Order: sequence, then structure tokens, then C-alpha cells
Amino acid sequence: MNWQSGASSSGFQEENRISTGRRLLYRFHIDLPLWIGIMLLSAMGMVVLYSAGDQSVELLNRQFVRLFIAFIIMIAVAQISPATLKHWAPWMFGIGLLMLVAVLAFGEVGKGAQRWLNLGIFRFQPSELMKIAVPIMTAWYLAEAPLPPRRMRIIIASIIVIAPTLLIAKQPDLGTALLIASSGIFVLLLAGLGWRLIFSVFVLMAASAPVFWNYLLHDYQRQRIITLFNPESDPLGAGYHIIQSTIAIGSGGLYGKGWLNGTQSHLDFLPERSTDFVFAVFSEEFGFLGTLLLLAIYIAVISRGIVIAVNAQDTFSRLLAGSLTLTFFVYVFVNIGMVSGILPVVGLPLPLISYGGTSMVTIMAAFGILMSIQTHRKLVSA
Amino acid sequence: MAFNNTQTLKDHFHETQIFNQRVFIAALIMIFLLILLLSRLVYLQITNQQHYSTLSENNRVSIRPIAPTRGLIFDRNGILLAQNLPSFTLEIVPEHVHDLSKTLDILQQLISISDEDLNEFNKNLRKKRRFEGIQLRSRLSDEEVARISVQENQLPGVIIKAQLSRHYPQGSLASHAVGYVSRINETELKKLNASNYSATTHIGKVGIEHNYEHLLHGQVGFQHVETNAQGRVLRVLDRTLPVSGKNLYLNMDSKVQAIAEKSLAENNGALVAIDPRNGAVLAMASMPVYDPNLFVHGISSKNYNALSTSPERPLFNRALRGQYPPGSTIKPLMGLAGLELKELQTHDEINCPGWYMLKNDERRYRDWKKEGHKHTNLDKAITESCDVFFYDLALTLGIDNISSYLGQFGLGQQTGIDLSGELSGLNPSREWKRRTRNLPWFPGETLITGIGQGFMLTTPLQLATATAAISTMGQRFTPRMIYGIQDQQYKPIVETQSLPLPPVPINEEKNWQHVIKAMRNVVHSLHGTARGIKHNLKYTIAGKTGTAQVFGIAQDAEYKKEEIAKKLQDHALFIGYAPIENPQIAVALIVENGGSGGSVAAPIVRKVMDQYLLNLSEEKTAAVNKINSVSNITGAPAQ
Repeated sequence: MNWQSGASSSGFQEENRISTGRRLLYRFHIDLPLWIGIMLLSAMGMVVLYSAGDQSVELLNRQFVRLFIAFIIMIAVAQISPATLKHWAPWMFGIGLLMLVAVLAFGEVGKGAQRWLNLGIFRFQPSELMKIAVPIMTAWYLAEAPLPPRRMRIIIASIIVIAPTLLIAKQPDLGTALLIASSGIFVLLLAGLGWRLIFSVFVLMAASAPVFWNYLLHDYQRQRIITLFNPESDPLGAGYHIIQSTIAIGSGGLYGKGWLNGTQSHLDFLPERSTDFVFAVFSEEFGFLGTLLLLAIYIAVISRGIVIAVNAQDTFSRLLAGSLTLTFFVYVFVNIGMVSGILPVVGLPLPLISYGGTSMVTIMAAFGILMSIQTHRKLVSA
Repeated sequence: MAFNNTQTLKDHFHETQIFNQRVFIAALIMIFLLILLLSRLVYLQITNQQHYSTLSENNRVSIRPIAPTRGLIFDRNGILLAQNLPSFTLEIVPEHVHDLSKTLDILQQLISISDEDLNEFNKNLRKKRRFEGIQLRSRLSDEEVARISVQENQLPGVIIKAQLSRHYPQGSLASHAVGYVSRINETELKKLNASNYSATTHIGKVGIEHNYEHLLHGQVGFQHVETNAQGRVLRVLDRTLPVSGKNLYLNMDSKVQAIAEKSLAENNGALVAIDPRNGAVLAMASMPVYDPNLFVHGISSKNYNALSTSPERPLFNRALRGQYPPGSTIKPLMGLAGLELKELQTHDEINCPGWYMLKNDERRYRDWKKEGHKHTNLDKAITESCDVFFYDLALTLGIDNISSYLGQFGLGQQTGIDLSGELSGLNPSREWKRRTRNLPWFPGETLITGIGQGFMLTTPLQLATATAAISTMGQRFTPRMIYGIQDQQYKPIVETQSLPLPPVPINEEKNWQHVIKAMRNVVHSLHGTARGIKHNLKYTIAGKTGTAQVFGIAQDAEYKKEEIAKKLQDHALFIGYAPIENPQIAVALIVENGGSGGSVAAPIVRKVMDQYLLNLSEEKTAAVNKINSVSNITGAPAQ
């Protein structure tokens, strides 16, 4: 409750004493608190990547270039008004869906999954586009009619969410499918989906879990879930990641082993240490206190997203901002949860910290949308 | 319009309310999940930090054992019998090789690489990690090492590894006594102290190498190394050096040993020489010999089959495990038994017609001399080896007296030498025959026991210790291979104690002197059976010849040496010690199918004694000087 009232009061203060600096930022549609949070996370990411990448300057350079491009995209996206986004929603979604079908038909295989579409000049992952397109589409569709949505709208909105999710799960890319499904579901939940319906879907999902387990999951996905609950059952195979990352985190202790001094990461015991498992490197070297700081910044960024959502002026913007923020939380929670061994390994990066390009661009684009929603508000006359 | 406006505003307000309510719930759920994450992190990083630190340390640090250097084996004069030589192995580290097939081509031009080596290499190539050396060839010659070294810059990733491997510089000399090391096998692995042998690949299999494994092996060392996940060693954190095995000095005199082996080379057989004053084994030869170096690097199945299936049985240590009838060499002990047990007087005489018959028995027990020795007393019976005299004596003594008296000299029992595998021979008795065959003892069996035939069996080692016991008038010692133990080179040699055995009780000393005089006459008198060796003899020898029948000759059949296959010829034996006045060496020798003890066995024993007694002082000083100048070993064995 606190943040809600605090946010709205600050909102009024904002409008009352607008400084020239802020006016300038608003001219370029930049939200300062969000910007600061993102910068801090990116900086921490560079620091830990320098260590995780065995002090490779080359790796750092590439990450820097990516961050730079991602920032430009974020600012570019922030210039697009929510109204325009709304206007584009069906087109983006339609094209994204077609490309997902194309990926399954002629996509390139990488790491055992078919995710890439070669567009001649560059390779493209349509599932990344859908991370943005699905919440926009769902928010647009639900905002068209008064809330809470009626049954027919719920059904069609569900199809909008489920169709791309299934296509991505088939690639197979469980992590992204999970993210896209949750971004759409968040829109539905925030739109005021009836509690009875939520409850019955929950029960239905629990009931269909065995079917899901037996027919829809790939062997390696099943194995990941099995090893989650008992990593020691396969210490050199699938359980190895989890065992080594929990050792890395646990051995970090309160203060950590110090920057560049993580033995688990520097002696190759930790797999995927600059990508999905970068959190283990961070925790090993900076300890519990460092981890607390990192989590605090994430919480600050998420809180700012919520504030933006609550302050948004129309239903579409509210739903979209809320969904994107909650999805960002899912990113953080699922990654840290899997690295610390309380969730199965689903292959999600730690946003803004992990090395890697495509997902970072998507996340920054989402922040661009948040900034756009915050800065395109018409100043309401009191 | 107003209505519509109100409607929209109301909807808008309602929608905001729903949204804010939902966001609030979402926030609560997020806070709950964050608390879950944080408690997991507290559990890992605070509560169990110790546990995970240990796991991470164990990940990082591994312990690598370092094999200790095996102790050396010297003879009593400091001549090396077993040493450790660097042996060169060619290894390839795949991650450093640019072009493996080209590298192999170059190597094949430089040195010979068998298909077997290549197959083994390719098999390991798949198994081992890329930074690990994979063996391509072992035991490179110096020349091969040089050839590869010259081309080294063309051969990245090719390394020559030097490691110590056992080498027996004297080759087959004393191979049975020294023994050999070979790869540790499964059964041995189970019995070993696994940690102490964690870096050791070879273990003593027979001989001294086997019996003194606990001293020769040494104590394993360790190094703590930091490794990465692939097991590559990054740096050494801590090191505990291994403790080398102890050096052993044998009582054996390798010159004496060499003479013994050389003189026996024509035949199969065994010779044991003992210092009667302390039981030191001066020589222990078993012919034929084998090359122990064959076993160190894994003997090929062809070589092993040749050794193990040869009818000559080269791997068989005849000195310890060969059980032969002692034949006439038992006669001095028989005479001594008669005198000491007062069943015989020195002047008692019998008439020897060349055969002996028991009452109520048709069978003729023949003397080796067909025409007989005529009037014979004990002195003559030993000197000329009269069988009939001892048939009669044995009958007078009876088997019970014989077996208990001979038992006092250690016959029928293991001597307790510090080599394993020794057999006990057989000192037959009434009780033994009942126990093992459930048959009564027959008088005829007593007769032939009197000349060392029949059931009686002795090992060359037993004969040597019994001979030593005669020379010392009953003082007995456990035969010992080891002279001294040295912790490390340059450290003093700690002599091992001689192990006295219960002496043979003396009834009257003149009885012993009488028998010894008769044994002297075997060599030094005109009619002695070993008189052939007395020419130019510079010291005195007391001895006894023997000829052990390998198969029975039918009654009245003529023994014609030429007609009998070599395998069926008698074993030639000789026991003896010298000098009589001050006994220093006691020898027992058996020459398998050698024929006559006097003409075949006795000359060999004389050569051995000559070597030991006449070259003793000069040879020894020379040897000690040589060793001192080479390796500065102090405290070479005293005499």
C-alpha cells in the first residue's frame, strides 16, 4: 500500500515542480529512476562478466556494444507513444505468429532447439518479438471492451496467449514459452479475471499435470525437473549444474571470496558461468551482502515499473506496463531460483547481467515501452 | 452525453480499482517469492557456508601421490644387484599437437613403433583427456631419445618422460635369490596398504624383492595440487616428499655366486654356501637361471611361456624348493648318531662283501662297490662311502633314533631363511609313515634311510645348514640372506643380528672330531671319494660325496652309465666345509643327473671355496675401494 500512495503523491509533486532537467528527460521520453536502475544493473553485469569471462576484454567489449545497441533501442521504443503501439498490436502479433510457424518449418537448429530464423543479413529469434507482441496484443484486445472481460473475450485472449506459447514450446524452448505465457496471463489477471475462473484453471492445470508430464515434455526437460528435486541422482550429468552452482553460492558466504577470486567459476567447475549461471559467480565473489544489493536494485526497478503501471492513464497502458513488469520479475525469480537450486533449470538469463544479445534487446525494448507509458502521459489538469 | 460521460468515468474508476487491487495482490505474491529466494540464499550462504566451502575446496584441491624410490640391493661387498634406472617413455599430449597423423609419421621414421603400440595409443586417445600425456612407446633406447630430441622443435606435444624402473645390472646372476619386481596384480592389490601403494606400479614378486618388500618400498609422498574441473593441474600447493625404500645388503658374495653359477652352467642343480659362524648365506645358486629384467616391463607371453613350460624349470628355485634324496651325504650324520647314541664305537668293524641281507629276507641290499669294502670301520666307511656299514648301523640304531637325531640338524623342517617358498624336505619316521600312508615301518626302509635313500628328502639349503652345524660342533644359526639395512645412501649400514638356533647336544666332543677327521679323509686321504680335488689345495676341506639314485635299479642289474638317458642318471652331491680348523664356509651342492658326487660335484665346491677363501681379502678390499670411490658408501660390511 505504501508504495502506491507514495507513488501517486510523488506523481503530483512531479507535476508541481518540474525542473528543467526533468523536462528535458521527458522531451526524450526517458524515465530517470528506471534509467538509473537499468544503468546500475548493467554496470554490475559488466563487473561480474569481467570475472566470469576470465578477464576477457573481448567479451566485455561485445557485451558493451550490445548494451549500447539495447539502450538505443530502448530510447527509440520510448519515443513510440502507447497509442501507436496499440495501433501496431495486431500487425506485430500476426507477423510474429507467422514467423514462429516459419521457424518450425525452416528454422535453424542451435543447441538442440529450432529457434532461429535466418533473414539473410542476420539471424532472428521470432520468440523474442513475441515476448513483447503477446502482452501488447492481449492488453489491446482486453482494453477494447470494459473490464472485467466477458467470457468470449477471455476465450479469445487465451487463444492469443496459448497459440504462440505452444509454437515456442515445440521448438523446444521451455523458458521462453513460460515467459510468454506468463506475460499474457498477467494481462488477463490484471484485467480482473474472475477469481472462480482463476481457481478452476489452477485445478485443471494440476489435474492435467500428469498428461503434460507424459506427453508434452521432452526427455531433457523431464530430466531437469527430476534432477531439481534430487541433483545427487546424476552428479556428473544433469545434476552437475545445480550441484556446482549451489556450491559456488554457498561457499561465497556472507562477504564472498572477492572479485576475481571465485574458485568455482575460475577453475571451470561452474558451467554456463557468463550466461545463465552468472548469478552463481556473482554470489560466490560478492557473498550474501552483494546478493542483497543486487536484489535491492532489482526490487527498485520492479517497483518503478509498478508505479508506472499504476500511474498510467488508460487501461491498455496499465495492463501492458503491469504485465511487462511482472514478467521482468519472473525473469529474475526464475533465474535466481534455478541457479540456487529451488527451480528446475529452464535456461533463462539473469536480465541485464547475463552475457548475451537477443534477450537483452527484448528486455530493454520492454523498458522502452515502460518509459513511453510514463512519459507520454497527458498532464491531467487538476 | 452527460450520462455517457458518467458511465465512462464510472467504468474508468471501476477498472482502476480492479487493476490496483490486482497489482496489490501481485505485489504480495512477489514479496512472498522474494522472501523464499532470500531464505534459500541465507540457507546456502549463511547457514551452510562451512559445508559449501568445504565442497568447493574439495573441488579445487586434489591430492596426488608420489611414488617413493625403491631401495637398492647390494651384495656383501657393495656390488649392485638391483637398482633403479631412468627409463624413457614417449608420450603425446593431444592438445599441443597441431597435426596428429603428421606427428605420428615423423615419429615412425625416427623410431620403431609397433602396431600394438599404435592400437594401445589410439584406444587411450579416446579415453584420456586432451591435456593428458598418452603413452606411445615405452623403454626408448638412448639413441632413440637422442633422435627425437634433435627433432623436438618439429614435434610439439611430444614429450619424453623419464621414470625410474627396476633394473638388475648383474642380469641373471642370483636371479632366484634376488627375485624381481613386476606390475601389481589384482590379488596383491587387495592385500596392499592402498594409500602407501597409491603411486606404485610394481611390487616384489619373488626372492628378496618379495620378502623385503616392506623395507624396499618406502613411504609414499603426496602433493596437494589445485586442479580445474577437467583435472588439469594448475599449481602445486603443498608437498610431502616420499621416503625412499631402504637399501639392503645381502650376505651373498656375488663373486662366489658367479663362480657357482658358472661351474654349474652345464647342468641343472643348486648350490648353497653358508658362513657356519652366523648363518650368512654366501651364495645361493639354482640352475638354470633366468633374466629378471624380463619381468619388470611386463614379460611377453612368448617369453613367459618359454620360461614356465621349459622342462628345465628355470623359474624354480632348487636351492629352497628342490627336494632331493641326500644319498651318501647323510653318512657323517649317521656316524655321528651312532657314536653319540653309543650304538657304535670308533673301532667297530664290519666285513663288507658288497651287499647286505636282512634276516628272513631274500633281498640283497647292494653296495655301490660291487666287490665290497672288506674290513670297514666308521672312518673308512665315510672316507670310501661304504654302504653296507651304514645299512648295518641304521639297523642297529633303528628308525626312531635316526629320525630324532637327524631332526636335531634341521632335516625335515624349514630352515626359516628370509626367503619365502621354502620346502621342508622329509625326515621319515615310523609316526610319519603311519600318519601319511597308514602303513607300518619295515626294517628294509631303515636300511636305505641309512644311506640317504628311500623316503628321505632334503633341500640343498637344509644340507648346507646341516653341514655348517657339523663344522661348528652343533652350533646352529637360521640362514640369513640379509647382511644389513641402510636407511639411505651415505647412512651407516645397520647389521642384522644372526639368529642362533638350539644347538645339537654334544655327548662327547671326540665323537664329532672323529667324524670330522673322516670327512677330512674324504678329500685329503688316498682313498677318499673326493680325493680328486686335493691337488694344490691351500686349505683343508671336510666333505662328503653323495650319489642319489633317481630310479631304482633292478636286482643284479648292471649300472651302465652310457645306457641310461641323462634324465635318469643319478644326482651328484657334495657337502663340505673349510677350513677345518677355522670353518668359514659350508657348502652343499647337488648336480641333477650329474652322475658321481666325487668327480662332478666336489670340484665345483672346491672352486667356490677357493673363490671365497683365497680371494677373500684382496677381492673384498678392491670391491670396497671401488664402491667408495664411486658412491662414497661408508661402512661397507665387515667380514
